[in-house]
Amino acid sequence: MAEMPIIDTRKCDECGLCVGVCHCNALAIVNNIITIIETVECDWCTDCEAVCPTGAISCPFEIIIQEP
Amino acid sequence: MAVELEFLKSILYFSELSLAELESIRKLVFEKTAGRAEMVLLEGESAENLYFVASGAVKVFKTSAEGKEQILSIVRPGESFNDVPIFDGGPSPASARTMGPVLLYGIKKQDMKTILRDHPHIALNVIKVLARRVRQLLSLVEDLSFRRVISRVAKILFEHIGGEMGRGPRLTQQEMAAMAGTAREVVGRSLKALEEEGAIKLDRHRIVITDKEALQKIMEVPS
Repeated sequence: MAEMPIIDTRKCDECGLCVGVCHCNALAIVNNIITIIETVECDWCTDCEAVCPTGAISCPFEIIIQEP
Repeated sequence: MAVELEFLKSILYFSELSLAELESIRKLVFEKTAGRAEMVLLEGESAENLYFVASGAVKVFKTSAEGKEQILSIVRPGESFNDVPIFDGGPSPASARTMGPVLLYGIKKQDMKTILRDHPHIALNVIKVLARRVRQLLSLVEDLSFRRVISRVAKILFEHIGGEMGRGPRLTQQEMAAMAGTAREVVGRSLKALEEEGAIKLDRHRIVITDKEALQKIMEVPS
């Protein structure tokens, strides 16, 4: 299962800006709700998080140490 | 498609105008559409139009001689860009690229002068927009010049390492920005700088610390 951005539906006002900026079609409006479409094409550009005016989308990073 | 009066009214520049006044301004507004990742302004070029984003989003940025980008702002529906050169007559101080398909409303420089002459009371709102921009840019200048944000970002990464001890808390760039007391745009730049210095590697949703000692050295630079 591909890791995908997370939408907080309580904060989302369905403006659709994230859908417009997503270059891999990982976001869509389904029944007036912004929905994540799982895809390996998502390269975590974080544009959806950057553009969201209500802070409803998050693209969190896991921080790990590379084993020698 | 006709420019909607309702939309014009929602723009801070024109929010005080009556419907009749908006109607006269509407005649001077033109539409421009652009697809994803299209350049709509080039830094240094002569500025002919003031733009308002009607739908979609536009990234305004400056580019260094080495080709590095520093985002100045993301312009969302109802907001304007390219205001400064329209009023001071100079070239565009930054470039602008669409983040997805966009619809822009444009007003020619000359027409904006006509609007200001015919409706002088909008000047206060224009000043408000420009003052907000100055405040936002001053804050960015402070982050980029006086503070070693990069060392604070390095420290945040260090303090949030997951791995053998279990999964560490995952952090967004927005959260890192809040922790470092800076703007999200500056965190993006810092992560890229750390990657260029070989301390980390951005691997999709993972930040892999590839050189712990290098990261530690950067972290110890006083803020």
